[in-house]
Amino acid sequence: MTDSKYFTTTKKGEIFELKAELNSDKKEKKKEAVKKVIASMTVGKDVSALFPDVVNCMQTDNLELKKLVYLYLMNYAKSQPDMAIMAVNTFVKDCEDPNPLIRALAVRTMGCIRVDKITEYLCEPLRKCLKDEDPYVRKTAAVCVAKLHDINAQLVEDQGFLDTLKDLISDSNPMVVANAVAALSEIAESHPNSNLLDLNPQSINKLLTALNECTEWGQIFILDCLANYAPRDDRESQSICERVTPRLSHANSAVVLSAVKVLMKFMEMLPKDLDYYGTLLKKLAPPLVTLLSAEPELQYVALRNINLIVQKRPEILKHEMKVFFVKYNDPIYVKLEKLDIMIRLASQANIAQVLAELKEYATEVDVDFVRKAVRAIGRCAIKVEQSAERCVSTLLDLIQTKVNYVVQEAIVVIKDIFRKYPNKYESVIATLCENLDSLDEPEARAAMIWIVGEYAERIDNADELLESFLEGFHDESTQVQLQLLTAIVKLFLKKPTETQELVQQVLSLATQDSDNPDLRDRGYIYWRLLSTDPVAAKEVVLAEKPLISEETDLIEPTLLEELICHIGTLASVYHKPPSAFVEGSRGVMHKRLPARTGSGESTESPDVGTIAGGSGTETAPSIIPSQGDLLGDLLNLDLAPPTTTGPPPPTSGMQMGGMDLLGGGLDSLMGDESEPLGGDIGGSAAMGAGFGAVPAVMPASLNAPMGGGLGDLFDLGGGVGMPLGAYIPPKTVWLPAMKAKGLEISGTFARRAGVIQMELTLTNKAMSVMTDFAIQFNRNSFGLAPAGPLQVLSPLSPNQTIEVSLPLSTVGPVMKMEPLNNLQVAVKNNIDVFYFSCQYPISMLFVEDGKMERQVFLATWKDIPNENESQFQIKDCHLNSDAASNKLQASNIFTIAKRTVEGQDMLYMSIKLSNGIWVLAELRVQTGNPNYTISVKCRAPEVSQCVFQCCEAVLKN
Amino acid sequence: MIGGLFIYNHKGEVLISRVYRDDIGRHAVDAFRVNVIHARQQVRSPVTNIARTSFFHVKRSNIWLAAVTKQNVNAAMVFEFLYKMCDVMAAYFGKISEENIKNNFVLIYELLDEILDFGYPQNSETGALKTFITQQGIKGQTKEEQSQITSQVTGQIGWRREGIKYRRNELFLDVLESVNLLMSPQGQVLSAHVSGRVVMKSYLSGMPECKFGMNDKIVIDKAGKGGVTDDVAKSTTGKQSIAIDDCTFNQCVRLSKFDSERSISFIPPDGEYELMRYRTTKDIILPFRVIPLVREVGRTKLEVKVVIKSNFKPSLLAQKIEVRIPTPLNTSGVQVICMKGKAKYKASENAIVWKIKRMAGMKESQISAEIELLPTNDKKKWARPPISMNFEVPFAPSGLKVRYLKVFESKLNYSDHDVIKWVRYIGRSGIYETRC
Repeated sequence: MTDSKYFTTTKKGEIFELKAELNSDKKEKKKEAVKKVIASMTVGKDVSALFPDVVNCMQTDNLELKKLVYLYLMNYAKSQPDMAIMAVNTFVKDCEDPNPLIRALAVRTMGCIRVDKITEYLCEPLRKCLKDEDPYVRKTAAVCVAKLHDINAQLVEDQGFLDTLKDLISDSNPMVVANAVAALSEIAESHPNSNLLDLNPQSINKLLTALNECTEWGQIFILDCLANYAPRDDRESQSICERVTPRLSHANSAVVLSAVKVLMKFMEMLPKDLDYYGTLLKKLAPPLVTLLSAEPELQYVALRNINLIVQKRPEILKHEMKVFFVKYNDPIYVKLEKLDIMIRLASQANIAQVLAELKEYATEVDVDFVRKAVRAIGRCAIKVEQSAERCVSTLLDLIQTKVNYVVQEAIVVIKDIFRKYPNKYESVIATLCENLDSLDEPEARAAMIWIVGEYAERIDNADELLESFLEGFHDESTQVQLQLLTAIVKLFLKKPTETQELVQQVLSLATQDSDNPDLRDRGYIYWRLLSTDPVAAKEVVLAEKPLISEETDLIEPTLLEELICHIGTLASVYHKPPSAFVEGSRGVMHKRLPARTGSGESTESPDVGTIAGGSGTETAPSIIPSQGDLLGDLLNLDLAPPTTTGPPPPTSGMQMGGMDLLGGGLDSLMGDESEPLGGDIGGSAAMGAGFGAVPAVMPASLNAPMGGGLGDLFDLGGGVGMPLGAYIPPKTVWLPAMKAKGLEISGTFARRAGVIQMELTLTNKAMSVMTDFAIQFNRNSFGLAPAGPLQVLSPLSPNQTIEVSLPLSTVGPVMKMEPLNNLQVAVKNNIDVFYFSCQYPISMLFVEDGKMERQVFLATWKDIPNENESQFQIKDCHLNSDAASNKLQASNIFTIAKRTVEGQDMLYMSIKLSNGIWVLAELRVQTGNPNYTISVKCRAPEVSQCVFQCCEAVLKN
Repeated sequence: MIGGLFIYNHKGEVLISRVYRDDIGRHAVDAFRVNVIHARQQVRSPVTNIARTSFFHVKRSNIWLAAVTKQNVNAAMVFEFLYKMCDVMAAYFGKISEENIKNNFVLIYELLDEILDFGYPQNSETGALKTFITQQGIKGQTKEEQSQITSQVTGQIGWRREGIKYRRNELFLDVLESVNLLMSPQGQVLSAHVSGRVVMKSYLSGMPECKFGMNDKIVIDKAGKGGVTDDVAKSTTGKQSIAIDDCTFNQCVRLSKFDSERSISFIPPDGEYELMRYRTTKDIILPFRVIPLVREVGRTKLEVKVVIKSNFKPSLLAQKIEVRIPTPLNTSGVQVICMKGKAKYKASENAIVWKIKRMAGMKESQISAEIELLPTNDKKKWARPPISMNFEVPFAPSGLKVRYLKVFESKLNYSDHDVIKWVRYIGRSGIYETRC
């Protein structure tokens, strides 16, 4: 066999020659020619010109040749739809072939040809194949339904294929069942509420039976589907667990992980005092450990998942520390993950071993790994108090090695240790000071400066040390500058006599010579504090610092719950919800762990404080904007192009703070402001947890002594903050009293902190008392549904008015409405049921993570066909482009880039709807012209009109 | 699900490209090449996200296999599939190399069409695939043969076909263990485990039902409660039972039966396959002990002395023993004296390699070396990688013993006694390291 020769033909006139060969009479020559064509196709050459000639070879009884032609067809049919029709006859004929392999091949290939005209012809053969006598054909046809659905969902529904597919779940052949489950699961993902996978105890039983019999891949499909089921009670959940546990011994790691997912999820429902609960916990550890002897890539996936499992249920692996010890020739990605888990599992019982290991790692070669190991030693000190002393001495040993990055990393963690155990290890400061000159990384410099400032009274030459940093003040990074400013103020408050000059110097550097608003503001605050009331200044600057948390990098609990539901998948590898990296409607549905029956472990309504505190997630550095960026985003002063290239942040913690300035958001803004006042370093991830606690203490101590100065600051904050709230249309009367036996309803819609709310005013204009209110929505375009009951607490007496706000979810049943944003509502009370319809501003469906990456934006813009673009005029709008962009951003319409061409500003904006549809827009603003032009592009063009109306409403209000 | 599958050579040229989903375009091929294959630094993760497209890759010699997706797929499944893909290709044409892939590209496309449908992995058992994916075409099949193929590919016992006949019914059992150790310089065991595999070659007629038994502690203890059998078990095995931390099985094994009764029963595939994998951590026999002594004499000289002791029955012989003693990067010369075997300094590998062909149990041997160092001004200390060892011993370091393997085939006229059975134990070093 020397097929490789086909890869090397690159002469001119090749296509012409191939054409001749394809039309040759000799079978062998034909086959050779088709092979050459496929080889050219593989390396990326365009051989679409040969389409008719290749298709001519399709009529053959040589299966190998037929498969090659099919392969060619799948690649080029889309670019030559008219020609592709030529192939239809052969396909239809093949679907009737006596050989089941050929029937299956035909139906499989036809499903891959995404040409409308062909799909029309596909329906009849597919219907036959779904009921074929041969299981091989049926299992192929089952997947084909998913293919067809991807091309034309409506067609699949109209033709009733979904029902046939559901029937296949009861098929006698396990592989047919598995493929049907896979196809249904995929289709169901794009219809979250269609109830397609109607899972009930009977169908679950069928799946569990098939689980024992099908291939390893089929087992994965079935387990992944089972994980979506919600058992009715703990007994059912236990019985499913019992039937799933044998899978933990499967040789295929994916089967094991999917089984772990099902068990982790259903375990939530079991009472903790149940014997079985303990047994199950014990059964989970060994298979997880076994995963670590798989190939490195799988180990990586397993470790990322174990990281989640350890956070959710630390008890499972608490005795298995040793298996996470790093091996000398593990790939670096495995080493880093193991290290993460080691820190999480560290406890008093195993700390000696862990420390010995970490010390060993700190002498390795890979810089990232060494840094992480050093950091880990610091984490151990903070986590296990008994080990702190040993950790500190280990760190000192490492500092003695004088390896530059080791020293710097060690200093950063020692700073945290100082904060955790004040007045305990300060004896090491002298050693740290020796290494002052070798520090060249901002984080280490800032840490060192913090230490010097914090312990200024014990360091004789603190003023000299700080002064030496001051020389190159303007070349330092912001982090260092801010820290230096604070440290010198601390020093001054501690030793006022010798350092007056120094503090003057730094204040003038910060306030007069700096362009950085953060630095200037902080400088002014200190200046005014010091000049008006030094005693208060002392209380503020030298205030007791909040404790730092023991655990770092913990994933925020609601995200963790969601990720547990995605064990084994990409989401669990990235530690991000699927919506953060999947486009379109798929995977946007947030999964949740089931609630335990009986005991109510409520995870609802986390307040702003905990979100801010818990947001120091794994990926914090790349996702959560640093304090500077956040402020920049809030004020949106210059709209610089975004510098982050990662996907939009998945956690809405920080963003919510930004959007909801009217509510709790102001607190978080102040929290961010006042946090640096306390003189902390915000850079370290460990401090993240401190954020939440600070605002509660600081404003109180600030307000009293600081009349004017700070007031200005807060005014400023408020002034800028106010117009930034999302646009809420004024209330209108939806149901006049005339039509509803005395009940008048007016209302509006709003989006607050990521939650859609319907705000209603109910007025009783009748003579009798009204009670028993309830509300219901008809199916609508975006699946809006009440997220809870209508809370009307007291009976509504005559002439009484009540304000109610009803949170809405977007997971209700979907039906396209005309107009798109029409909502039909039924309200019931003790008198009657009343119906009305209203229209909601589509802007309330714009989600917070709707900021697209620039490249993606460009690609998507090009990708959407031009006929989907619509242009609108917004008249009489007197905002400049920056103000407009600010206003839009407050309603989650994000400006991605701005371009100025000949006095015309063009803003490029992205919007993401709650159902995952992306809308791109271009806003043209000409100075002096009150009429704007907006072009809207979207894959679903019907929303364009609504989006335009919203933009107009937002801009004009 | 998997949106596409690409195979590249070491230069990043595409050898195979098969797209399953519409959301994966041709540019994905280039994105992976530019961002991963041609990336300057070392690979930091086997999963890469480029512009909202996720790439999974594995490497076999210098061939890259990449699976691409835009959805939230089951990541473990994708990697398992890529490994399986490698196994299937190896079973068809041997080593995975650029030459072999180019020579078999038509076959590979045919396989990819069969084992991945719309990105969903389908039956990928080589035994089944080889019955209908051949490069000879499948023209000559009768109707019965066709339906036999399809029922095997989709059936409950997809790994075995009906109607297999052997004149001599024979089976070979290999217990292959790799013993892993990490020891501190002071001789303290930091971690040790055995990962073992039971590999079976079966040449049996019909559809035989097999039952495999070993000295699993749980089984023996359970039997012990019955009373009489305890002594029998002990006297027949001669060894005590072992505690198995965890085991996984080939898909032919009935897992639910193992879960409830802890018995291992199955219908075996034909030919060679891996029946089970297991792991033990308790009471491991460490075949060798390494005692290192490293002394720095000034800044330019190191003295190394290493003693190895064999720790098993004197009647047994260990083979292929190799001790690898790492040397610093600035080594200028090495002098070695060893009592047994041959030792050489390999500058390119920065190590002294000491090889001994054979060594009986309960013996010891020693090597001493003087390492001359070039003076350097490098502040960084030498990381002192651990001393590693390779060897092969004719017993199972975990203590595992096969108690029985029974074969039942009710339809054909041969019984368990007629089957010729061979059992062999091989213990090899996994990562067997002693820090110095």
